This record gives sequence, C-alpha cells and structure tokens, in this order.
Amino acid sequence: MLIMRHELLLVAITVILLIIEIFLPDDRKKDVILPALLLMAGVTIAGFFPGTTGELFGGMYRNTQLTILLKNILNVGVLIIFIQSVDWLKKEENKEKISEFYLLLLATLIGMNYMISAGDFLMFYLGLELATIPIAALAAWERYKEKSAEAGVKLIFTSALSSGILLYGLSMIYGTTGTLYFVDVAPLITGSPLQILAFIFFFAGMAFKISLVPFHLWTADVYEGAPVNVTSYLSVISKAAAVFIFTIILYTVFAKIAALWSEVLYVITILTITLGNLFALRQQNLKRFLAFSSIAQAGFILLGIIGQSQIGMTTVIYFALVYIFSNLGAFGVVGIVSNRTGKENIDDYDGFYRTNPNLSLVMMLALFSLAGIPPLAGFFGKFFLFTAAAKQGYYILVLIALVNTIISLYYYLLVIKAMLLNTSDQPIAWFRSDNYTRLGLLMCVAGMVVIGFVSAIYEMVLNLSFGLF
Amino acid sequence: MSILTLFIIIPVLTIIGILFSKHHMQVKWTAMVGMSLQLICAIALIFLYLAERRAGNIAEVLFVQNNLWYESLNIHFYLGVDGISVAMIGLTSLVVFAGIFASWDIVDLPKEFFTSLILLATGVFGFFISLDLFTMFLFYELAVIPMYLLIGIWGSGPRHYSAMKLTLMLMGGSAFILLGLLGIYFNSAPSGGPLTFDLIKISKEHLPLATQNFLFPFLFVGFGVLGALFPFHTWSPDGHASAPTAVSMLHAGVLMKLGGYGCYRVAVFLLPEGAHHWGWVFLILTTISVIYGAFGAVWQKDLKYINAYSSVSHCGLVLFAILMFNQTAINGAIMQMISHGIMTALFFALIGMIYGRTHTRYINEMGGLMKVMPFLAVAYVIAGLASLGLPGFSGFVAEMTIFVGSFQHPDTFHRVATVIACSSIVVTAVYVLRVVGMLLLGKIRNPEFETLSDAKWYDKMSVVALISGITIIGVAPLWLSDMITGGLGPIVQKLLAAAPAIIH
Repeated sequence: MLIMRHELLLVAITVILLIIEIFLPDDRKKDVILPALLLMAGVTIAGFFPGTTGELFGGMYRNTQLTILLKNILNVGVLIIFIQSVDWLKKEENKEKISEFYLLLLATLIGMNYMISAGDFLMFYLGLELATIPIAALAAWERYKEKSAEAGVKLIFTSALSSGILLYGLSMIYGTTGTLYFVDVAPLITGSPLQILAFIFFFAGMAFKISLVPFHLWTADVYEGAPVNVTSYLSVISKAAAVFIFTIILYTVFAKIAALWSEVLYVITILTITLGNLFALRQQNLKRFLAFSSIAQAGFILLGIIGQSQIGMTTVIYFALVYIFSNLGAFGVVGIVSNRTGKENIDDYDGFYRTNPNLSLVMMLALFSLAGIPPLAGFFGKFFLFTAAAKQGYYILVLIALVNTIISLYYYLLVIKAMLLNTSDQPIAWFRSDNYTRLGLLMCVAGMVVIGFVSAIYEMVLNLSFGLF
Repeated sequence: MSILTLFIIIPVLTIIGILFSKHHMQVKWTAMVGMSLQLICAIALIFLYLAERRAGNIAEVLFVQNNLWYESLNIHFYLGVDGISVAMIGLTSLVVFAGIFASWDIVDLPKEFFTSLILLATGVFGFFISLDLFTMFLFYELAVIPMYLLIGIWGSGPRHYSAMKLTLMLMGGSAFILLGLLGIYFNSAPSGGPLTFDLIKISKEHLPLATQNFLFPFLFVGFGVLGALFPFHTWSPDGHASAPTAVSMLHAGVLMKLGGYGCYRVAVFLLPEGAHHWGWVFLILTTISVIYGAFGAVWQKDLKYINAYSSVSHCGLVLFAILMFNQTAINGAIMQMISHGIMTALFFALIGMIYGRTHTRYINEMGGLMKVMPFLAVAYVIAGLASLGLPGFSGFVAEMTIFVGSFQHPDTFHRVATVIACSSIVVTAVYVLRVVGMLLLGKIRNPEFETLSDAKWYDKMSVVALISGITIIGVAPLWLSDMITGGLGPIVQKLLAAAPAIIH
C-alpha cells in the first residue's frame, strides 16, 4: 500500500473534496477552497517523508526514490498553483465551478503520477490519457468565450491525434518485441526498421505533449484561450511530467538506440529553441509570450536529455524544478493582474513598477531566472544543462543554445523594459493583492533565490538519478 | 574566513541596508558608509598583501578561502588574490567610492539606483577575487545585468536603445565565454583525475593543443567584447553616452577592465599556445581599436562620446599589450588598466558635473568655464594631462611601460604594430587639448553660464579621491609595479614555455 502512497493520498483528497462539495450549500461553495489548500499542503508534506520503494502488479507500476522525487516536485508545483488561483476562483463568475477546478486538476495530477511510475507502456498510456483529457475541460473553462472554447477543442483534438500516433508506435513496439514491459522491451530493441518507425511515432506523440517544434502549433492558442492558472499548469506541471517520463523511457527503453535518438534530438533541439524564441519575439499578449518562451525552455531541457546518463537525467530534473518556480512566478503575476484589471498585453505593463513595485519585482526576478541570470536559480539550471550537453561533445549545439539565450534575454528584457523603463499615461492602477497570491509568489521567489545556492539539492537529485540505471 | 570574503559581504549587507532605508538621504548615507568601509578594506588589503610579500610569502595566491560548493561538478567557492587582483580591487573600490558621491543628487528612485549600482560592484569585486571559473563567470554576469536598469532608467538620450544594445552585446560575449569555460572544464585534466574549474590547478596542466586553438578565440572575443575589442566595441560609445554619471564612471573605469583582466587571466593564462596561435589576428584588431578609438574621439563633439572613444583607444592598448606576451608589456597593461580606470572615472565624473550645470555636453556650445567653475576646470585639466601621458601622472608610467615592452619584440610585425599604436599618443594629445581649449578657456559663449556654481562638497569628495589616486601612482609607481610584477611570474613562465622561440 505504501508503495503507491502518492497516488493513494491524491485519490483520497479528491474523494474528500468531492464529498465536501456535495454537502456544501450553493451559497457557500467558496468554503471548499481552504480545505483544498490544506489537504494539498498535507499531501505535499507527506510526500517528503521517506517512503517504500518497489513494484506492483507484476512490474506495471514501480516506485523508486527517483519517481518519489519527481512526484514531490509536481506536488509542490501544484500546491503553488492552488495557492495562486484562489484569487481567481473567488471571482463571482467562478463560484459554481470552484471544486471542478480542484477535482479536474487533481485527476490529471494522479494521471501524471501513474505515468511517471509506469513500468510498462500500458500503464504509461493510461496515465498519459488521465493526465491529458481533464485538462481540456479546464482549458475550456469559460465555455461561453470563443477563445476558451477553442482552446479546449484544440487541446482535445491535438492530444487525441498525438495519442493515436503514440499508440500506433506502441503497437509496433509490441509487435516487434512481444511485450510491453520496459525491462523486457529494452534488451529487444535492436534498431530494426520497424522499431525505428515505432520510435519515431512514439517520439512524435511525446513531442506533441511537450510541444516541441514542429509539433507545437496547438500551444499558443491553447495557452492564450485557457484561464491563466490553467495555462500555468499546462506549461509547467504537465510539461514537466511529460519531460520526466520521456527522459526515463528514452534512457531505459531506448538506451540501445541512443545514437539514433541523439541525432533526432539534436535537430529538434535547435528547431525548438530557435523557433520558440523567434515567435516569442513578436508576441504582444503575455500569455502567448510565455507560451512561446516555454517552448524555447523545453528546447533547453532537450539539451540535458541529449547529455544522456546520470548527469543528463539530473540536469533535466534540476532544470524542471527551477523552471517550475520561475515560470509559476511569472504566471502568478500575469494571473493576478489579469484578474484585477483584465490586462494581458505587454504594453499594458508600461510603468507597472511605479504603481506596483512588489509585483513587478517578482516578475522581473522570474524573467531573469528564466533568462538564466545569476544569482537566480535559472542560471544554475541552464549552466548544468549546457554542462550535460558539452560533456557529450556537442559544442556547436551548446553554442547555438547560448546564442538563443541572448535572443531570449532580449524578449524577457522587453517586458522588463515595459515595467521599469517605460512610462504610461494610464498605468495599471495600484491594487492590493490578496494574501494567497502573496504567499504563492513568495514561495516562487524563495525557490528562485535559494535553489541555486543550496548545492545539496543538485547532489540529491544526482544521487537519486543513479537509481535509474 | 579570509579578508576577501568581506568584499562580498559588505556590499550585500549594504544592499540589505539600502532596502530597509526609508528616506532617500538614508539610502545615500548607507551606500556611502558601506562603500567607504569597502575602500578601507581595500587599502588594508593592499598593505596586508605587501606585508605578506615582504615577510617572504611566495605562494602564488594569498588570503585563500576554498569551500566546496557543488561536489559532483567539483565547483568551489574559491577566493584568493595575487598582486594583480589586489591592484584591481583597489581600483574598483576607489571608483565605486567616488561614484557614490558623484550620484549624490539622484532623486528618481534612489533606492533602486544604489541597489543596482552596488549589485554591479559586488559582481566586479567577486570577479576579481574568484579563482574558480564557475564563480568567476557567475560574478561576471552579475556585473553586467544591473547595467541595463541603470542606463535604461536613469540614463539620458537614446537610453532604451543604448541599454539594450549594451546588455545584449555583453551577454553575447558572455555566451562565448561560457562555451570557452565549458571547453576548458572538460579538458581540465588531460593527465587524468577529476575535472575542475580551479584556475590555478588548470594553469598547471597542459591542455591539448587542438583544444587550445579551438577555445582561445571564443574566450578572447568573449572577454574582448567587454574590453572594447574592435569590431565589438560599438556598445561602448552609446552605452557610456547614455549612462548616468556614476554608471559611466563604473563602466569605463572598472567594468571594461573585467574584459582586459579576463583576457589576461583566463584566455592567455590558461591557453598560452592558443594565444600564440591566434595572437597576430587579435593584435591587428587591437591596433585598430587603439587608432580608431583615438580618431573617433577627435571627430566627436559630445563630451561623453569623446571620452567613450578615448576609452576604446586606451582599453585597446590594454589588450594590445597583453598580446605582446612579455613581462614588461603585460605589466604595462595592468598599470594601464588601473591608470585608465581612475582617470576615465575622473573624466566621466567631471563631465557629469559640468553637464549637471550647463545642461549641454556639446563642446562647441561651451567655453570659458574656467572662470565660473575653477575647481572643476582645474580637475579637468589634470585628468586631460594624465590622459595624454604627462610624466608625474599614472598615464605616463603605464603607456611608457607598454610601449617599451612591446618594442622589445624582435620581429617586424610586432614592431610595426607598436609604432602604429604609439602614434595614438599624438592623436590623444590633439583631442584632449582641443577639448580643454574649447571647454575651459576663452570667452564664455553662453551668458547663462555666468551664474553657474562650482563644485559642491560631494563633487569635491569624488574628484579629490580620484585625483589622489592618479597622483599617487604617477609619483610613486614602484610599489604598484612591483606588486604587479610579482603576480606576473606564473603567466610569463607559461608563455615562455609555450613559445620560447618567439619571445627571445
């Protein structure tokens, strides 16, 4: 039982929240917020206690120290999102749907946990679907708004398509190896043409989920149409989870054809970083802006994957951890501003620092961290990714990525320029953000400032990543 | 804990103090007290260092503090200084100290201004005392980024454009540097053993020749961007012209020295054979920097542009001398960094003060300022004379050493380059004397200038501190020269070992 601790706890609180929802009268639906936060905080803390590792269902489900760590990272991220979304959920038009938000989100989180712990492709696929479909409902949150509805439909269609491709790939793997268990498949991967085709289908399916170029086309529209908190969940948590399992499968199942997928990744990395950056340059809407910047960031993560072995896994996890705090910081500010004023464009932020110094300070730190400026955590994350790629001798790739960090710095600076340098006749007026938002942003800032200096975090991730091989 | 840690702790504490200050005078006094302490520490460090050396301590670096940071990557928080870093720290604390006084009249967002300024200083101090390539790079980037805010918010003219251009070009340079550092790291143990970022340890190793030749251009260009290497210098005139006074001072005075110091300490020191391989290419570029900067300065009418171009020329001379690969020339390069640092800070401080009064920086709109602001005018003349290398000031000692050292090179190519670079002294005299003549002497052209006031107490503090700096070095250069020579030993040995045939 304790082996599945994370999933069971999440299921438990989902059920508890459902029961609370049933017994709450219509005019007191908001009361679900506090218990939801407390329960999630409890689950997050409980996750950090040392747990048992092992396998269940004949190896379909396996729990290692590494997967526990990954689940904890996701829990922390979701907790921050829960805290940040309180202000938005309390709005009048959302009062009917508050618990829906929690239930759907938790359902996807459970799916991600199963996906990460998967020991065979079937479990992996089940988790993946559970992690994707409820999000489409969330993306279409404001279903009477055209953009939001479009976001939901686009998300469900693209994920259905990508799941189809993925499944096809998996069926071919089954066809060539006769098994779906990771441990059994791995030695049977020989790089025969059919297996390569299977791999490409698998790769394409995952690339859709992580929104790598050229499978990224759904990202910007979905991110723009969905509510900010859902967007931040999509771009941070669900992306991180997909990257984790993608890396694990590449390293364990497809280890024998590493030379092949390194080449594919090489090209995809360059495409993703460069195109993500170039599109981000032209965006005016901050949500779209962050969407494209997160595509580029995913490209940086690929640098770590291409680094292979223990150091690759470590840098990927470490960067994802840093990225969660940085991106949630940026989305937190965008979210609260969008709630209070409805403004989402970069131009609207002109003179923001003069009216709301604290919020723009958080935004500035988050963007600097995303750009990889020391002493913020993003610097360490990027540095280690580059180290991982350089270790394999991919100096040209590192150089291209480095040039791209300069491009990304340019567009991050554009937002900072708007906030600090520009002046405006009608700046966003001063408003008092609620305590939940402040707490959420404070957690992000603490993460961004502290993670880099505490080398123990990196060493811990490194030691746990060793368990994979 | 060694004394060097103080150079990180004091600025950080000052920043915290500033953040908790209420009133803008409180902010300024906190900054002033913090940076005065820093200056006192720097002077103490110089005396301690000289005392250690006199006591016969011959270790390569002194006051070492070495803490393990990232164990698996072998990253250390490793501090230590030799004579050269001590000199650079002295320069930095003097310029920062003067910079605080020069920005005493900042009214817009003073808290943010002084925080960014001191954050920049932290980066610079950290860079000079780091002996681990990782922390060195960390501090380098830390020093560059506050520049964007400092120029963008408090600057003048096309400040948004200049700030963006400066930041992107310098960060582009740092991208090259990072690639170079990673390359060095993964080749840092050719004879086996753990990979390391430790500068001293790597300098004892012999990196593979192909690696050196591959990495040297990245590192030299990367640092060279900050050292205003032609054709990557274009951020410098725009950046300096748009920056507020204290930032121009710090930038031209100290930050550009990061480039020279990095070229010397990382590129040439760790990759001596790469340096010999590529030396001629960069020597041509630096010679162009020297001449182009000097002529650029003659052509300009805006005081800040004149000085920015003159900085390109003088900093070009630093890189030029480093590429001569002999002891005298490199000694001169370090002297030039110190001398130019103080001198150009003085120039920019004075220009800022004059601009604050006349509200113009065009020399053809001014004249006769000697009569209305004698203190500033005399100080300007002193700075000018130091800049054109008058004996008795630091500039003379530095340029003399550089050209004597460079001309020791027996082959024609290096000698021709030296002669060309030498001619920049004449051009320097032209633009310095022309500015002094048009700005300070003659009739007052604008009647509004009759009523202008002379320097305030805080202006005087700033100017006097800097002038004493250049005079001390000019009158008694030997202690500094000895201190630097002491630090040059290891690098000169490495260069000799790399290409004995060329140097002798």
